[in-house]
Amino acid sequence: MGLAAVLSSQPASSPALTLLSKEGRRTLPLTIANDQDLVALDDLAATFQLQVQDSLGAITVSYKGRTIVLTPDQSLASVSGRLISLPAPPIRSGRRWLVPVEFISRALAPIFDTRLDLRKSSHLLVVGDLRVPRVVARYEVLGSAARLTIDATPRADSTVSQDNQRILVKFDADALDIAAPLPVPGAQALVTSVHLADQTTIAADVGARFAGFKATAQPVDNTARQVIDLIAPTETAAQAPPNAQPPPPTPMPPPTELPPALGTPVSPIRTIAVDPGHGGDDDGARSASGTKEKDITLAVARRVKAVVEARLGVRVLLTREDDKTVALNDRTALANNNKADLFVSLHVNASLRRTTSGATIYVAHFDKDAAARALPEGGERVSTFGGGLRDIELVPWDLAQTRHVDRSASFAAMLQEQLTQKIPLTAHPVDSAPLRVLESANMPAVLVELGFVTNADQEKQLTSDAFQGTFVQSLYDAVVRFRDSLAPPGGTR
Amino acid sequence: MNRSRLIVVGAVAAIAVALGWLLFVTLPRRYGGTVATNAVSAAPAAAPAPSGRKIKARLFYVAEDGQHLTGVEREVAYGEGAVAQAREIVAAQLAPVADPLVSAIPAGASVRALFITDAGDAYVDLSRETVSAHPGGTTTELLTVYSIVDALTVNLPAVRAVQILVDGKEQETLAGHVDLRRPLEKNLDVVQ
Repeated sequence: MGLAAVLSSQPASSPALTLLSKEGRRTLPLTIANDQDLVALDDLAATFQLQVQDSLGAITVSYKGRTIVLTPDQSLASVSGRLISLPAPPIRSGRRWLVPVEFISRALAPIFDTRLDLRKSSHLLVVGDLRVPRVVARYEVLGSAARLTIDATPRADSTVSQDNQRILVKFDADALDIAAPLPVPGAQALVTSVHLADQTTIAADVGARFAGFKATAQPVDNTARQVIDLIAPTETAAQAPPNAQPPPPTPMPPPTELPPALGTPVSPIRTIAVDPGHGGDDDGARSASGTKEKDITLAVARRVKAVVEARLGVRVLLTREDDKTVALNDRTALANNNKADLFVSLHVNASLRRTTSGATIYVAHFDKDAAARALPEGGERVSTFGGGLRDIELVPWDLAQTRHVDRSASFAAMLQEQLTQKIPLTAHPVDSAPLRVLESANMPAVLVELGFVTNADQEKQLTSDAFQGTFVQSLYDAVVRFRDSLAPPGGTR
Repeated sequence: MNRSRLIVVGAVAAIAVALGWLLFVTLPRRYGGTVATNAVSAAPAAAPAPSGRKIKARLFYVAEDGQHLTGVEREVAYGEGAVAQAREIVAAQLAPVADPLVSAIPAGASVRALFITDAGDAYVDLSRETVSAHPGGTTTELLTVYSIVDALTVNLPAVRAVQILVDGKEQETLAGHVDLRRPLEKNLDVVQ
């Protein structure tokens, strides 16, 4: 296709979209306005050989006889005669027109000859059939040992080797999309830092206490997971070398459950993301007397964290720790980037009828079109680095939950069973709906509406210790049942 | 010559009749169900001027249990063509109602614009009160959204799905729950 080499390099601090193509890596400057990432039509025209005409109140973008028509002040655009929606209208900046970056995926991609894959969260645009897996790395301290887990989605094979004081993880890919910041364990840890060594290699610098490692590759759905268990010397061995550093003090209290030893089965539930709904500027539902949904959800979420972490030895992440505004996307991103095994969003309901009461557990619902988009027939065939073709399965970020709806429904049923007879439930206590916060969750996920704050009796219940304690105990029991249902024969730790 | 002209005229008339049958009888029955058929073929109420013509349409309000919608047949102003009719139906759905009906639409909300694509996706652009005056809660938000989605998809066979915009812009949600980034299809599970 031949990308025109017209893009100037941007200062590191300027927002920019990185273009990856077979010709190499370039950047497109971005402008941020009204929380939208905007790109100049001129820059797109120069890069993708488009013609842009601005006349008679319309902006016409042409490519090989195909046209996109934009209208100032309208977020709808016509792409080869079909209407599409953009998150914001085009904006004039001097003599240039700026459009939301989604213009690339929604308007340009359908008429362009080459595949355009916009990774908005990592400001990346993949042009053509390149293999650029999203990579997320996580570092965990397990007593005196540690574990580095690196996930690549869609699956990309990797090889692990040691080069002096570095462990190198080289991926069979064209480039890597580092979707979340790489971990920085610290100078005293077995791994001191994790960074990109080159375009397709992640390096983990090992510290003085490092004695060896064991790498295990395993597929998890559409993800290739590389688990690197890092081993510290035994106490006697650690004391033997005269120049060895003293063992670091144990900074954390011993966990309730011992970390799994190498080779023993690992619990299928190791991290739970709990999402206290709303917060900050967004009160959520309110009662006539002023009780706010955001306060109840935060109080219950804190109780869940305290109980589940103490009794189950499972890490519980809260999407907000205090009264602050958190975007819906960021809530799910926290769960996804930390590879949570379960996502529970807590909410309090409102009704226009004052007598409505009861709790409901929601799972995500997808209309037929969305579900079909999440399951492309036969996946996508791409060319490989060394020649030949291979199939990959691509699921859009906002449809990640499509692969987990069955397990989400299982957990919802278990939670309903635990809540029955303990707190009031609606006539249909398990329901499905197109709920934004669940759709991007890449793990079993439910949204619980604890009750109706618009009902005066329920308002008192929702704010009471007894009600909150009963709910938290029921949720805990449901998590234990869910964990056991997922455990392989032989049990878990 | 006259005979061949007669044949041509006859053929054109036959095609016109067949198209009319397809457009006004077969397609509404096939895609619209009984309610839609009622809406489209309903005779106008006694109204002398075209501007006073009415059709019957099923609109949706909050049911007694507060968790569902209930369908109510009401008279709606006639609109020439699918877009004009859709706009009239949404305007009627947004209009305030008296007891015992309760509307799931926040007070003050109005329709700014409406488009229907060839694929049958309707884009309904509502005023900002739809968000700013929304009382919150998943249940109420579902009822707000589906009272509009169902009012269009149930009454108009030309509408397959509905995407709600607010103030001319795509909206993630109205109150933090229901995903509005895609057109939503008819949902009769929320209707009692």
